[in-house]
Amino acid sequence: MAEQGFRTCSVTGLKVHLPAERLIKANAVTAIIFIAIGGAAALLAALTRWPAVHLLGPEWFYRVLTAHGFDMLIVWIIFFEIAALYLGSAVLLSVRIAAPLVGWVAYILMLGGAVLVNIMVLAGKSDVLFTSYPPLMAHPLFYLGVILFAVGALIGVALFFATLYKARKEKTYTHQSFPLVTFGLFAAACIAVTTLLHGAGIYIPTLLWSLGIIHDIDPSAYRLVWWGLGHSSQQINVTAMISVWYLIGALSVGMKPINEKLCRTAFVLYILFIDVASEHHLLVDPVFGNAHKIWNTGYVMHLAVLASMIHALAVPAGIEVALRKQGYTKGLFEWFKMAPWGNPAFSATVWSIFIFGFLAGITGVVFGNEQINMTAHNTWRITGHFHATVVGGTTIAFMGVTYYILPLIFRRQIWALSLARIQPWLYGIGITMLSASMMLAGAYGIPRRHWDIANFGGSPFAFAWDPTVYIWLGVFGIAALLAVAGGIIYVAVSAGTLLWGKKVE
Amino acid sequence: MSIYPPDKVWWKPIDREEKIWLVIALIWLSFTFFLMPVLHVYGRQNPPALSYRVTPERFEALSNEFIEKYRVLGSDGQPVAINGVPVVHPQPGGDAYIVARAWSWQPILELEKGKPYRIHLSSLDFQHGFSIYPLNMNFMAIPGEDYILRITPTSSGEFSILCNEYCGIGHHTMVGKLIVR
Ligand code: HEM
Ligand SMILES: [Cu+2]
Ligand SMILES: [Cu+2]
Repeated sequence: MAEQGFRTCSVTGLKVHLPAERLIKANAVTAIIFIAIGGAAALLAALTRWPAVHLLGPEWFYRVLTAHGFDMLIVWIIFFEIAALYLGSAVLLSVRIAAPLVGWVAYILMLGGAVLVNIMVLAGKSDVLFTSYPPLMAHPLFYLGVILFAVGALIGVALFFATLYKARKEKTYTHQSFPLVTFGLFAAACIAVTTLLHGAGIYIPTLLWSLGIIHDIDPSAYRLVWWGLGHSSQQINVTAMISVWYLIGALSVGMKPINEKLCRTAFVLYILFIDVASEHHLLVDPVFGNAHKIWNTGYVMHLAVLASMIHALAVPAGIEVALRKQGYTKGLFEWFKMAPWGNPAFSATVWSIFIFGFLAGITGVVFGNEQINMTAHNTWRITGHFHATVVGGTTIAFMGVTYYILPLIFRRQIWALSLARIQPWLYGIGITMLSASMMLAGAYGIPRRHWDIANFGGSPFAFAWDPTVYIWLGVFGIAALLAVAGGIIYVAVSAGTLLWGKKVE
Repeated sequence: MSIYPPDKVWWKPIDREEKIWLVIALIWLSFTFFLMPVLHVYGRQNPPALSYRVTPERFEALSNEFIEKYRVLGSDGQPVAINGVPVVHPQPGGDAYIVARAWSWQPILELEKGKPYRIHLSSLDFQHGFSIYPLNMNFMAIPGEDYILRITPTSSGEFSILCNEYCGIGHHTMVGKLIVR
C-alpha cells in the first residue's frame, strides 16, 4: 500500500509525489506550447532570412525575431528546466515537494510574465529584440513581463532547494549524497540563482527607466549586467543538459557514471568558474582593457571547459560500459551497433552529445578567442554557434527526455512511436546543417539580426557580397525547413500522446 | 545508476583511461589558455581596448569640427560628398572620427595605405555595430563611449561599413563607406 499522496513508479521503483507530478506536467506542457510558438516564429524568421524567399516585411521580421529569441531561449528552456528540477528533487529522492502551492505561484508568475511579453511584442510595442539594449525602449509591460518571469523562475529554484533540504532531513535517500542527476541539477540551480539575480538587477532599473522614474540607463553598463543574465543562463542550460544526458543514460541503458567523484567535481567546476566567461560578449566593446578581457574570457573559463571535457568522456564511456555489461562485447563497436537506436530518447541524446561536442563547444572556445572574436562578433558565426549549443545540445536533450516523461510522468504510451523515432534524426540533421551554414555565411561577414542583406532596404551604399554566401544561405533555408519539420513532429507526438496515447497502468 | 544515490563508498580513485583523458584535456586547455596572451603579444591584430567616456553631444561637436577641418574639396572647390555623406581625408598619423547614428555612418574616411590612424568610434543614439566588409572586422559603437581603433590600412580600395547591431526599424539600411588610397 503506497503512502498517501504517492504512487510507486513501476519502472524505476521510485515513489512519486502526486502534487509534484502535477507541477511537472504543467511546466512541461507549457514549455512545449512555447516551443511551438517559438518554432512558428523560427519558421517565419528563417523564411525571411532565406534570400530566395524573403517572406516578411521589416517590422514583422524584427518582431518575430524578438518573439523567437524570447520564447525559445527563455520561456521554452526555463519552463522545461523547472519541470526537470521538480523531477530531480521530488521524484528522484522520493520525497514530497516542499510546498506545492509555492510551485503554483511560481508557475503562474512565469506564465503571466511570458504571456505579457508575447502580447507586448506581437502588439508591436516592443521591437527591441530579446536583448533589449538601451536606449532602444520597449513598453514598460515588456520589462515587467520579463521580471515576473524571472521572479517566478527564482521561486521555482527556491522550491527545488527546499525540497532537497526536506529529503535530507527526512532521510528519504540512503548514503551520503544525491543521485548524480540531482547533483547536476543542483549545480544548474546554483548557477540559476546568480543568473536570475542579474536578470532582476538589470530589468528592474530598466523598467523604472521606461516609466521615466530613472533618466538614464548606461548602455555599456547594461551590456555587462545583461550578459550576466544572457550568458550565465546558457550555463544553466549546459549543466541541465548534461544532467539530462546522465538521466537518459540511466533510463535507456542502465548507465552508471564511471567515476562519481570526477563527474561531481566537474559539476562543481561549472558552479565556480563559468559565470565570468559571460564577458566574452564584450570582447569588442569599449570600456574594458585587454588584460581584463583576456583574464575573464581566456583564463578562468578554461576550468569550466575542463568540466565539459570530463563529461565528454564520462557520458559516452558510461554508455559503452553499460552496454558491454549487457553482453555486447564483440570488437570495438558492437556495443555502439547494438545500442537502443529505436529509442528516440537515446538517439536524441547521441545527437545532443555529437552536436554539442563537435559543433558547439569547439566553436565556442574558438570564437571566444580575443582576436578571432573580432571576425565573429554579431555575425552569423555567433548565431550558428548558439544554435548548436542551445538547440543542438540542450533542446534536443530536452526533447529526448520528453520521451521518458510522457510514459513515466504523464503515464501515456508514446503516440506514433515511429514518427518519434525519426524526430531526433530530422531535428539533429536540420540543426547541424543550420548552424554549420550560418557559421559559414557568417565567416564572410553576414550579419545577424538583419532584414535585408541583399539590398539593404534600398540604401545607396548597398554592396554585393561574395556570391559564395548565397550557397550557404541556400543550405540554411533547407536546413531550417528540416529542423522545423523535426520540431513539428516533436510537438505533434507530445500533443498526440497526451490526447490519444494509451494509458500506462 | 545516475538516478539513484551513489554507492556507500563513491570517493574512489580515478581509472587509468579517465586519467589519460584528463591529461590530454589539460594539455589542450593549457595550449588555448596561453594562446590568447601569446597572440596578444605576437599577433598582428588585437581588439582595441582604449576608450573614453564622452557624451553624445560632445562627440558630435568633435566630429563636426573634424569633418569641417579635413573635408575633401573637389576641383571646383566644393566639398565632395557621396550620396550626401561628406568625404574626409584625415591627417595620417592623426585622429579621425566615425559617427554612428540611426541609420547612417558619417563621414566617409579617405585613408592612406600604410599610415597609422586613431579612429574614434561612437554612437549618438542607439547601440550600433561597426562591421567592415570585405575584411569582416567588427566593433561596437556605443553611446557614451569613445572607442579608439588604432589601425593601419594594409590594403587599398573601397570598403563598406554595415551596422550589425539591431538599432531599430531602419537597421538594415545603415550602410556606409571607407576608402583607402
Ligand atoms: C526549428 C528550429 C529553429 C530555427 C529554424 C531557427 C532559426 C533562427 C533564425 C532564422 C534566427 C534569426 C537569425 C538572425 O536574423 O540573426 C534565429 C535566431 C535565434 N534563435 Fe533560433 N531557430 C530555431 C530554434 C531555436 C531554439 C530551439 C532556440 C532556443 C532554445 C533558438 C534561439 C534563438 C536565439 C536566441 C536567436 C537570436 C535572436 C536574436 O538575435 O535576437 N532558436 N533562429
Ligand atoms: Cu545601426
Ligand atoms: Cu543597426
